[in-house]
Amino acid sequence: MFDQLIVSVTDGMLIGVVYGLAAMGLTLIFGVMNVINLAHGPIMALGMFGVYLCYTVLGLNPFVGLIIVAVLGMLLGMIIYAGAVHRVIDAPHLSSLLSTFSVNMMIIGIGTAVFSTSFRNVNYSLGTVVIGPITVPGTRLSSAILALMVTGLLYLFLYRTRPGKYIRAVANNRTSAGLVGIPSTRVLAMSFGIGTALAAVAGGLIAMALPFTILSGGAFELKSFVIVVLGGLGNPIGALLGGIILGLIEGLVPVFTKVTWVPFIEFVLFILILLVRPQGLFGAKQ
Amino acid sequence: MKRLALLASALLIMAMLAACAGGPASPASSGGDTTTQTDSGGSEQAASAREVLIGYTASQTGKYNVESTRQVNGLNQWMKEVNDAGGIKLADGTVVTFASKSYDDESNGDRVQELYTKLATTDGADFLISPYSSGLTSTASPIAEQYEKVMITTGAADDANYTQGYTGIYQVYTPASKYLTGAVDMLKAKAPDVKKLAVVHENDKFSTGVADAVKAYAESLGYEIVLFEGYDSATTDFAPFINKIEQSAPDAILGGGHFQDGSTFARQLAEKGVDVPYMALLVAPPEPTFADLGDAAVGVVGPSQWEPLAKFTEAAASSAGLTWVGPTGDTFVSDYQAAYNDEPSYHAAGGYVAGMMLGEAIKQAGSLDSAAVKAALDSMDLLTFYGHLKFDTSAEAHGLQVGHDMVFVQWQKDGDGNLVKQVVWPAEGATADLITR
Repeated sequence: MFDQLIVSVTDGMLIGVVYGLAAMGLTLIFGVMNVINLAHGPIMALGMFGVYLCYTVLGLNPFVGLIIVAVLGMLLGMIIYAGAVHRVIDAPHLSSLLSTFSVNMMIIGIGTAVFSTSFRNVNYSLGTVVIGPITVPGTRLSSAILALMVTGLLYLFLYRTRPGKYIRAVANNRTSAGLVGIPSTRVLAMSFGIGTALAAVAGGLIAMALPFTILSGGAFELKSFVIVVLGGLGNPIGALLGGIILGLIEGLVPVFTKVTWVPFIEFVLFILILLVRPQGLFGAKQ
Repeated sequence: MKRLALLASALLIMAMLAACAGGPASPASSGGDTTTQTDSGGSEQAASAREVLIGYTASQTGKYNVESTRQVNGLNQWMKEVNDAGGIKLADGTVVTFASKSYDDESNGDRVQELYTKLATTDGADFLISPYSSGLTSTASPIAEQYEKVMITTGAADDANYTQGYTGIYQVYTPASKYLTGAVDMLKAKAPDVKKLAVVHENDKFSTGVADAVKAYAESLGYEIVLFEGYDSATTDFAPFINKIEQSAPDAILGGGHFQDGSTFARQLAEKGVDVPYMALLVAPPEPTFADLGDAAVGVVGPSQWEPLAKFTEAAASSAGLTWVGPTGDTFVSDYQAAYNDEPSYHAAGGYVAGMMLGEAIKQAGSLDSAAVKAALDSMDLLTFYGHLKFDTSAEAHGLQVGHDMVFVQWQKDGDGNLVKQVVWPAEGATADLITR
């Protein structure tokens, strides 16, 4: 039993870190501009296909492919911001929800036409790492480490660079930030781009471990919602911790009951947090 | 409060999105994925020639794509052969040739319901072939019955579809209740040390039916079921199940579901280095592309409706007192390879045989009348390259396949280290001994 717990905790944490990275993109966008990006899931799926195409068509190492995915994800995010978000950013929240939902449907529609809904695999192996009772596929371990590195880089970017400080300033008070000369529109576009790039990279990391279709992002988007509520809306570091908690739930619950109970428990937790601690376990954006 | 309202709105939209993701009715596929083998306009009665329209849906996209594509390939091969041979002559001298009308069902039951209705009404299909999978076929069956169309099912093993009181649905596959019971017989005979079994299966109609049947059968033979659990059809991460398997320490794993989940399950078991000596999974292992898993495929056993190695011959039919119909297995394989540059799996053979059964019934009936074709199917008792075929004619399970048996294949390495499929059960048809993983 102890061995199973150790193995389950390890599996849960490894996937949880990647969940956290995905949720970070969602929560960053909300934190900066109060927009919930409903195109988050399909963008993750595009990240999956990006890594897949880099590997199968261009013959690139999937981890190198992730760099391309991150850059293209950033550009895509800025385009989405300019085309679908900027004009409704100050409108009632429903407008931005519907606008990003429309982007979601467009990506799924085009993606289905181009890629179909058949499953794809990135058949890339880094062997396995065995430590006592724990056996971890190398790709999962590398993905988790990379997700942590990206989180660290994001933290450094937000707290140690001028553009990062601009983002935090715009998140705190867009009007005041504009008054002191911060180009808020460009900062908002950059924030949306970074959030989108994070989602795409998370999708790329998931694609290295699991099969996927253009529809696969939907399940991870739902998980991202649970995570941002756990971690606190608008709190990127909280999202990482929320992701790890969700991963642990997914790892540990099956030790004691049927796996099919996992989504039920996740969403009960979601509702409980909303009711009891709506600012999330680690505090929402103030 | 504002934030709560926003989140509630977001969740509502996400729920809508999830519903869409479960069953997308993409604009492109609502009418654009139609494929017609030949011009269906030619299906009108002529003095001495008649083109029969066969309607079906194919999973050109979605999780059943691999199996469905092969099934359709098999059906198309039969149709081409029968048309090239000049068609089938009816009692009144009319020569019948075949054309088909098909749509992409996206591996989605909602689409199947809509499209089979369209096939039976707007398109005027004379006969129907089922979609791939028990779940999709259970959606198509009541429509076929409602519009009084004879439907030959292939890729649809679940017994329940044939106990609904339908009179025009006929099954080509061995029923699900017999799918994995042979694996238990095989373990009893070939691996007597095996005592503990883990059954991990997809939570769909077919796989659940198979799992329930194999559990009851194994327990009746004294095996201990140390794990019995289903997984959602959309599962891609099997880590929680693999951890449970390791904890329950079975001697053999039985279960799986379809190609995508089965191959992912096998791959992740190998990645995690799970040391269980025997494993039999549904559907995926007999597929030639299962070999793409490399070493993860070694030792995996799968029940197969048919294998190229299986040799059913006209002589065997004669000695068993059965009528022989159709090509030999070797002819089917070589023709299929010539047409598709691919090795046929049992899904391809099932598609071919579904067409062949329909053609044979029309020939025996000497007519295209549904009642006459049904009567011919009811009295059918044949041997083909695919094996013995006979349908249950009782009111309780009309159309259920009662003649056909499964064979079990296992991926092994040959002398050169290449992955090859071997028949390991039944013993009389085995081409190699059962090995451990």
